[in-house]
Amino acid sequence: MDESAAENVPLNILIADDSDSDRLILKALLKRLGHQVLDAANGHEAVLHFQQGAPDIVLLDALMPAMDGMEAARQIKRLAGERFVPVIFVTSLSEPEDLAGCLEAGGDGFLSKPYNRLMIKAKINAFNRMRLMHQALSDQRDLTHERNRQLLEEQHVARRVFDNVAHTGCLDAANIRYHASPLSIFSGDVLFASPRPAGGMLIFTGDFTGHGLPAAIGAMPIAESFYGMASKGFDGSDILREINQKLVRILPKDMFCCGVMVEVDFAHNQLNIWNGGLPDIWLIRSTMEQYALPSRHLPLGILSANQFNAEMEAVRSRPGDRLLLMTDGVLECANREGQLFGEQGVRHAIESTSADSHPFDVLMGAIKQFTGQQKFGDDLTLCCVEMVEEAGQTTLTEEVGLSTLAGPSQWHCDYEIRENTLGEFNPLPLLLHICMEVPGLRRKSGEVYTLLSELYNNALEHGVLRLPSDWKYTPEGFERYYSERSERLNRVSGHYIRFSFQHDLMPSGGRLRVVCEDSGQGFDFHSHPVLQSTDMAQSGPRYGGRGLALLMRLAESIRFHGKGNRVEVIYDWFI
Amino acid sequence: MADLPHLDEEALAELQDVMEDEFATLIRTYLNDSKERITSLKSAMKHRDADAFAKTAHSFKGSSINIGAPHLGELCRQIEKVGLEERLSDAPPLLSAIDAEFQQVTAALETLMAGSAE
Repeated sequence: MDESAAENVPLNILIADDSDSDRLILKALLKRLGHQVLDAANGHEAVLHFQQGAPDIVLLDALMPAMDGMEAARQIKRLAGERFVPVIFVTSLSEPEDLAGCLEAGGDGFLSKPYNRLMIKAKINAFNRMRLMHQALSDQRDLTHERNRQLLEEQHVARRVFDNVAHTGCLDAANIRYHASPLSIFSGDVLFASPRPAGGMLIFTGDFTGHGLPAAIGAMPIAESFYGMASKGFDGSDILREINQKLVRILPKDMFCCGVMVEVDFAHNQLNIWNGGLPDIWLIRSTMEQYALPSRHLPLGILSANQFNAEMEAVRSRPGDRLLLMTDGVLECANREGQLFGEQGVRHAIESTSADSHPFDVLMGAIKQFTGQQKFGDDLTLCCVEMVEEAGQTTLTEEVGLSTLAGPSQWHCDYEIRENTLGEFNPLPLLLHICMEVPGLRRKSGEVYTLLSELYNNALEHGVLRLPSDWKYTPEGFERYYSERSERLNRVSGHYIRFSFQHDLMPSGGRLRVVCEDSGQGFDFHSHPVLQSTDMAQSGPRYGGRGLALLMRLAESIRFHGKGNRVEVIYDWFI
Repeated sequence: MADLPHLDEEALAELQDVMEDEFATLIRTYLNDSKERITSLKSAMKHRDADAFAKTAHSFKGSSINIGAPHLGELCRQIEKVGLEERLSDAPPLLSAIDAEFQQVTAALETLMAGSAE
């Protein structure tokens, strides 16, 4: 504070003294110093003047009739509230107990009689500096309080917005168990799960570098991409590519997101996994065999689109198998000695899992025992998903009301992808989108998606790539199948997959006719066991037993044409 | 104590400077107040009201010192002490002294004002 500035400002000063001559002198002295003066002849008048005139500084005689200076000081201090109004006793009292009484009544200092011009000036200036300092401090404090209140309110609103975007999806499904702090959005962890249009689930868990608002802001577009794309039928790789690209664009250089994406396919008993920078994923088979699936990729938000590898690792599974996903918070749990739970702790807990215990409970229990705490920090996320029989899966298809718009009813559409695009592009979301323009089909999106994905995957894997489905039935074959798959996708020159759609209205609904033709060699559909009998356990060289059985269950009819490389499916829907 | 002057010339000069046109008003106010105080002191003594006696003496002391009448101020301090110690029987001689000193101060101040009014 500038001293000279404080001295030059005229102040509004209240004086109270019952001695008329003393009051006259003091008033004249203060006016000489450039201040405005309110004067009172007793304590009662002083309190009234204080209420009306709101003076900056008060000078009180200690002994006055009709309320003395001490009582006046008490009332004035009470009226001033949080405002600091210096009260200075002007007195010829000299007994220590009298002076102490003045201070106890709220007095801030003394001026002794007889008056001394220099002392009065110096005291007034000193107390004015204190007053201004106090004012500045309480203004700062009020500002800080207000800012803090605003910030909390904004976070509250942000939280509501975030919860709407980053909802928990289908995390409440019977086959999922998870622990995520309710405050996790501001801690940097995210956990999402979405049902897929054709059944099955997509699960994503992520761990942002950093905490608080920046991490939450980064999580928003991830949530939107994840839920938006998952419901439209995009697969895990598509969504990972999108998320990575978004994060590269929006995050500062020192921020990224470690993440795990899991496609859970109950129909085909298969898990597809991508781990970028999170701790090992653990697969615990119903037979109690255990496998760690380590991170094979850099976190999201680092590599440019052409360097980013979104290829997922396929894992064969059976009902009862369980997959454990976790963020770094699990490894970083510390005990009282400051030791970390670490990978060792996780491995030890999982190895101690027995057939009648759930690995989720075992791991949570081990963490609680290790840390000695019943509550965890905010940045600990643990999720366990169990493979179940498809029939035991609750239908997760969304209720979609019939649109008031009629939409297209009579239409035809051909769509063909060829050459390298076969290995680079997933056409299913686009094809589903076209079909979903028909309001009657929109309610059947799950079934339509299942039909399209079975047709497409069969055409690609068995038709174009000529991968025998029976490989998938042994662990070695399964691995060989997927390594051959990515190998052969590089050699698709001259190949194509062509979809041909036709939709027509029928008396009480509509009919979708889909023809899927590929450039492969076809197969001997006349002697395919599933087409000959109802024995689903058998599998043929071209169509996996389950896939074909699924088609037969959903479709009105399935017919193979040509050399077996052209499939025609009729799908009827009713109002 | 007896050495203290009736008027503190230096203090009065400063007061004159500070009060400017109001100096005469100040002196009149002081003289009127003081007369009232002497009456109050006598009345309090008559009614054996030591507390009122001490308080009046205290105010009288303060204003006398402020106005530049140190000897009168000192006499006031003594009777304030008498009041505080509830020895009102010791008051009469001091009150007489105050009466006498006040006459002196009044005369001196009248002279001063007559001089400054020229």
